[in-house]
Amino acid sequence: MRKLALSDEILLSVQQPARYIGNEMNAVRKDPDKVDIRFAMCFPDVYEIGMSHLGMQILYAMFNKREDVYCERVFSPWTDLDQIMRERRIPLFALESQDPVKSFDFLGITLQYEMCYTNILQVLDLSGIPLHAEDRKENDPIVIGGGPCAYNPEPLAPFFDIFYIGEGETQYDALFDIYKENHRRGGNRWTFLEQAAKLPGMYVPAFYDVTYKEDGTIDTFTPNRPGIPETVKKEIVLEMDDAPYLEKPVVPFLKVTQDRCVLEIQRGCIRGCRFCQAGNVYRPLREHSLEYLKDYAYKMLKNTGHEEISLSSLSSSDYTHLKELVNFLIDEFHGKGVNISLPSLRIDAFSLDVMSRVQDVKKSSLTFAPEAGSQRLRDVINKGLTEEVILKGALDAFHGGWNRVKLYFMLGLPTETREDMEGIAELSEKIAELYYDEMPKETRNGRVQVVASSSFFVPKPFTPFQWAVMCTKEEFLERAYIVKHKFRDMKNWKSLKYNYHEADLTVLEGVLARGDRKVADVVEEAYHKGALYDSWSEHFHNEIWMKAFETCGVDIGFYTTRERGLDEVFPWDFIDAGVTKEFLKREWLNAIGEKVTPNCRQQCSGCGARAFGGGVCFEDKN
Amino acid sequence: MKFIGHLDVMRYFQKVMRRADVDIRYSEGFSPHQIMSFASPLGVGMESRGEYVDIEVLSTDSSKEMLRRINEVIGEEMEALSYRRLPDDAANAMSIVAAADYAVRFREEYAPADWDAFTEGLAEFLARTEITVIKKTKKGEREMNIRPMIYELKANEDRTVWMKIATGSAANLKPDAVLRAYFESRGETMVEFALLTTRMEVYADKGTEGSPDFVTLEQFGEDIE
Repeated sequence: MRKLALSDEILLSVQQPARYIGNEMNAVRKDPDKVDIRFAMCFPDVYEIGMSHLGMQILYAMFNKREDVYCERVFSPWTDLDQIMRERRIPLFALESQDPVKSFDFLGITLQYEMCYTNILQVLDLSGIPLHAEDRKENDPIVIGGGPCAYNPEPLAPFFDIFYIGEGETQYDALFDIYKENHRRGGNRWTFLEQAAKLPGMYVPAFYDVTYKEDGTIDTFTPNRPGIPETVKKEIVLEMDDAPYLEKPVVPFLKVTQDRCVLEIQRGCIRGCRFCQAGNVYRPLREHSLEYLKDYAYKMLKNTGHEEISLSSLSSSDYTHLKELVNFLIDEFHGKGVNISLPSLRIDAFSLDVMSRVQDVKKSSLTFAPEAGSQRLRDVINKGLTEEVILKGALDAFHGGWNRVKLYFMLGLPTETREDMEGIAELSEKIAELYYDEMPKETRNGRVQVVASSSFFVPKPFTPFQWAVMCTKEEFLERAYIVKHKFRDMKNWKSLKYNYHEADLTVLEGVLARGDRKVADVVEEAYHKGALYDSWSEHFHNEIWMKAFETCGVDIGFYTTRERGLDEVFPWDFIDAGVTKEFLKREWLNAIGEKVTPNCRQQCSGCGARAFGGGVCFEDKN
Repeated sequence: MKFIGHLDVMRYFQKVMRRADVDIRYSEGFSPHQIMSFASPLGVGMESRGEYVDIEVLSTDSSKEMLRRINEVIGEEMEALSYRRLPDDAANAMSIVAAADYAVRFREEYAPADWDAFTEGLAEFLARTEITVIKKTKKGEREMNIRPMIYELKANEDRTVWMKIATGSAANLKPDAVLRAYFESRGETMVEFALLTTRMEVYADKGTEGSPDFVTLEQFGEDIE
């Protein structure tokens, strides 16, 4: 029998014990004594969320291909086990060997969303690793963070030894080699970090000093020792087909949130929506070849036994070989009990045809993401979806048998007026009217159902909206009421439904997204006062956070509602993400001027990502 | 594996079927599922050496070859022991299950101090014609005589308790309920998590009312050459 870190008694008294036992299909087993580097890869949320994440699986497979590295997985223990571990002083362990995380060489933490920050402190705390990098000793793991939130790592700066900026496939090998070499030469933690900081994409916060102006904004942000680069350039994979991919994803025992094979078809996006961080920081667009994807689809399904395969990308409809790929998947696998799931597809004749082949039209719904209620505001955010296109897509879908439509919007976007807000209800109404006007009674499949949902807009670093003023909680709710009210006035209100998200969480997300090092104190204070699993509404306690801001003397408005000057130095400006600040500034001004910018395949807008030597700019397609 | 609930074990097995490329039959419709049925759900925390699952296949290799294919991809903590063909008119496994054997051990710290006294007492306990337990249901509590559901019960020298008890849709008894009743009859309480239980075999009843004739589910099929 494998040893387990937790007794049967504990495992049988917590929810979902399978979260903590490891040994799933395709989990990697190695002899820890026979490797040079032990890497604990952590997703700071519950197992079912973490195991749904493709990036972690890719790096897990890639690290374990090295004979000298054993990479294992770590997740946040759920609140029930968290309490037991604290009471009985059980250290946090990795799933594969069930050994304490503290005994590892590295603890890698993926930063996927701001609201997991207290869980990062939980993982460090339960592992017995000092929360602050400066307090760590030689026998503590090197704590390294990566992922989308690493594009503004500052609110987490004190807690990490290194941040890896960009895509993980390119520099970890070099980092491991440096680590081994440093060890061989009898170097210590600090000699390693100093060498690591010179690798592309690596940011060691301890090697940079920040000074502030009187108004609280950044004055200087500079390396504090020789040889440390002033800017950190993000790392990207240029040739997607050459990057290591995973043939054998780990198959959880539990039904996880994304319980399927995920085929990443491309990285980057040509669209240039001005609110979207991913669309900006993952530039330029890089596609996998069709042959590559066919091969991996086959291998992954064979090795996992999953009953579903899904395509992943920011905008799948822009993938050059989409038709061939989708037809291949359907012809090859659909008859064999494998579902094909196609998220982020533009609604057109092709996608409707495909959807009608792979799903039950009567039970499924169509999704549009207009993001804003009026054409004026859609121009501001550069969302190239027009009302005409939406209505045409909806009508085609009605003729195809669909009668349920979902619409996604954001509220609180820059320059938003009452007309824009009310436009959400009006667009929903137009879709409902279209159904009743254009579909003869005998061809209708019952009543039409239009469900509109709005989330509240959070300005993110490395987007043209990084200068934007964010709404207060009260303003957000007021806008949601305006929309809600307008829905009641609509003629077909019985066919319409409107939902909106919570506002407390959004405000906090706004602080963390554009926060600086001063915000770290608040995260730590909130954690010590009991904040954990903040992204789970049933565990989110806004009052703990509000108290923490007060205790630490940090002003929420400074990060959310303050007007930022065009020349302000942002906490994330030391990162070179490809898109230049000049481009973002231009786009911010275009937004205010309601001016649309064409997508990369129509015309180059000189975003700066061209410097990487890849993307649409080099495909001769513009 | 014992920490995995029944629904997850079923899903696990469906994935095994796909990994092994078993030519299993799917239901019709937009979300087809495999035609598969487990004889008897196993409780979380229990191990087993005798689980049965019926599947319908469109084609098959020999039993030996199918076992090889399945075991190659089944994972470390599970093994397929036999693969047999059932007659076309066979009733599904779940509907015929009537009894199961369990081997129960005590975790070290909870083992009875005097095993001989425990053994003797168990024999006396079994000799009773009525063993009443309080059963909690949705409507409240009611008394139930579990003695007719216990077919065999003995303590072995190797400090295991062996029992054959009613299992299935008609009557179902859990092994820990039997021992809990025994402890209570001695004025003691059994600690939660005291037992390590392994299901050893599952039976159908080919006998008549009052005189059961238990046959293992294994005996219903035949090997495929």
